[in-house]
Amino acid sequence: MGYRKVAIVGAGITKFVRRAQETAKELAWQATKMALDSCELTLDDVDCVTLGTAPDAFDGVHMKGEYLADGAGAFRKPYMRHYVGGGTGIFSPIHGWFHVASGMADICLVVTEEKMSSCYPHPQGAFITIFDHTTEQPLKPTLIWIFALEMNRYMSTYGISKRDIALVSVKNKKNALDHPSAQLGGEITVDDVLNSEVLAWPVNRLDVSPASDGAAAIVLASERVARRLTDKPVWIDGVGFSLDTAYWATRDLCYPTYVENAARMAYDMAGITEPHKEIHVAEPYDPFDYKELHHMEGLMLCPKGEAARMTADGVTQRDGNLPTCPSGGALGVGNPIAATGLMKIIEIFLQLRGDAGKRQVPGKPRCGLAQAWGDLMQVGTVVVMRI
Amino acid sequence: MAITEKITNTMKPTFWEGHIPVNYVYTYGHAGEKFFRAIKDKGTFLATYCSACDISYVPPKIYCDRCFTKLDRYIDVGTRGFIETFTVSFMNMDGSRKERPRILAMIRIVGTDGGLIHYIEGIGPDEIALGMPVQAVFKPKGKRTGAIDDIIGFGPVTRGRK
Amino acid sequence: MKLEDYELGGTPLRSSDIKKGNVLTTSWEPNLAYAWDDGVAIGRYLAELKNGRIIGRTCYKCNRIMIPPRMFCELCFRPSDEWVYCKDTGIVNTFSICHINWDASRRGPNEPPLIPAVIEIDGASKGMGILHMLSEVDPDDIKVGLKVKAVWKNPGERTGSITDILYFKPLRAPTKRAKATKKRAKATRKRK
Repeated sequence: MGYRKVAIVGAGITKFVRRAQETAKELAWQATKMALDSCELTLDDVDCVTLGTAPDAFDGVHMKGEYLADGAGAFRKPYMRHYVGGGTGIFSPIHGWFHVASGMADICLVVTEEKMSSCYPHPQGAFITIFDHTTEQPLKPTLIWIFALEMNRYMSTYGISKRDIALVSVKNKKNALDHPSAQLGGEITVDDVLNSEVLAWPVNRLDVSPASDGAAAIVLASERVARRLTDKPVWIDGVGFSLDTAYWATRDLCYPTYVENAARMAYDMAGITEPHKEIHVAEPYDPFDYKELHHMEGLMLCPKGEAARMTADGVTQRDGNLPTCPSGGALGVGNPIAATGLMKIIEIFLQLRGDAGKRQVPGKPRCGLAQAWGDLMQVGTVVVMRI
Repeated sequence: MAITEKITNTMKPTFWEGHIPVNYVYTYGHAGEKFFRAIKDKGTFLATYCSACDISYVPPKIYCDRCFTKLDRYIDVGTRGFIETFTVSFMNMDGSRKERPRILAMIRIVGTDGGLIHYIEGIGPDEIALGMPVQAVFKPKGKRTGAIDDIIGFGPVTRGRK
Repeated sequence: MKLEDYELGGTPLRSSDIKKGNVLTTSWEPNLAYAWDDGVAIGRYLAELKNGRIIGRTCYKCNRIMIPPRMFCELCFRPSDEWVYCKDTGIVNTFSICHINWDASRRGPNEPPLIPAVIEIDGASKGMGILHMLSEVDPDDIKVGLKVKAVWKNPGERTGSITDILYFKPLRAPTKRAKATKKRAKATRKRK
């Protein structure tokens, strides 16, 4: 196809914390500045900027794209904001990829930020507005309902237990102990998860990722520029995104078809035919522990209903055959919505370069994948990367 | 389909009422914290300055948005400024008429590239002009909370401390 | 590059830092109210709920009966065709037993848990569900596939709202046999 090769050449991230003193702009600047420093670029070198950030209702800043522009380095540059809910963090590099692949830009900054702590009484309250205002909001829903309903359907269909699912939370929180940005790293047991407070059965407190403040940024470059900037560019070889119906209660709650569609698009572009063999390390989106399993199946990394068994067998541990969320994921590192996805991209970037430090998966992985999910629980976004 | 089912009775269309039940608490960030503490405790304004771009920021920023350099030196720039532009407001938010017109101005702080949007106090709509020097009027120290309304407004320059 | 080589931004605060005023903050309560037009399809849906009926809409091309009704079929991208009444019974597609309120505050000790469910409405196409609540049922008796029936407000109290249906309850009381099975299951669980 007629597009140019695009590489990730630099990355920056803040700590993910429940409540940051920094303003949203300051967080964005901290991550963006680090990304530029990491590949020794200045703002002058940047051709355009793309920004991902989730609903304005979290930060309580209307037109957050404009508000964040200066912290994202967009001053007097071509600038776009995009947003697909939780899927935003992986949609952001896709959005930046278009700018460079098309030939419009040689260097594109991709910035994501979320500051959920501004929202009271709890950021969950802002989520009520994503339900249909006439047919659903009068029932006073909480976002957790959707997850609880999906998780129950998933468990019922495949006969998976809460114990099987809790293993994901245990793994990811443990992995996060080695991530410098992590908010909730820890050594916990399956019983800790099962005995934690029941929020909405089958969802317990430790099944859930936290609300977080944080920012992340990467620098994308065209092939010519990338080879000049670094001897370890990580190539974006495939991108995919797909959306299912917004009538969520009429959807198949057991299988994320939209993730499969997005994955197929990305795999086709990257020439991947056997994802479970060709993907060496993956960062599926894990805002809830069952979601990682759900998404592994949608990504065709395992047969339907088999992700829990794979997890129990240790396949998805860092030293397993297919490590998932070696970063610690949203469950461990934290979940500042839009920045979470880009944190996953950064983790794959570091893993493929062999720069992941204590988190490094063995065997010199050459092909990795990051995925996110969101909007009205019905968007899948996928990026396949190779070194 | 929708187009064939024309609405003939304008009382018929129904709607569903609601609101978004959240509120917000914003932190000021690193620069904002210093700026508002200075207003609260000292009754003065702080700026940051980027020597590479020769530009100063009021309210201060922790970075230069032109070159992205980290800025961490805070300079006391006093409380005087010039009226850059202004508007005279006669209406309240709900469309009713104000008892007396209120002047809202953009005030450029002397010696800086930055400024504040605030009310003008003690200067009438007939007297005000672009470029007019003004000076911040603060609430008494004990009543200041570290917020933008610690400044009552900007009024005529008085002699004495800058 | 390694993340470990950088001093990462992000300064954590405790909620007490804000309450005690260790850091300055400002607050805002948005005062925004909305009137969302019901539109044709949902307008009729609500009007029929007031009458104690659930109405859907058909698409002749993909042969679906859609709930909630819509004036166009999003799959075929053509106008939908006909109004059709559905039953007020259905099947539990999935459910949750919820101990928190919409704003993540915890439900009090005397407040029963909420039981939201996706209910596939009888008469609509398979898989067409709506979000609603279950009640008059022991949480232990609910399972995916349970047949349920709407419990309506009295006609005089209905306002043309999704809440004109108070909740759904099991179509049949649990049979003696089911009760016995449940008892056995409970006992087994205890032994484990």
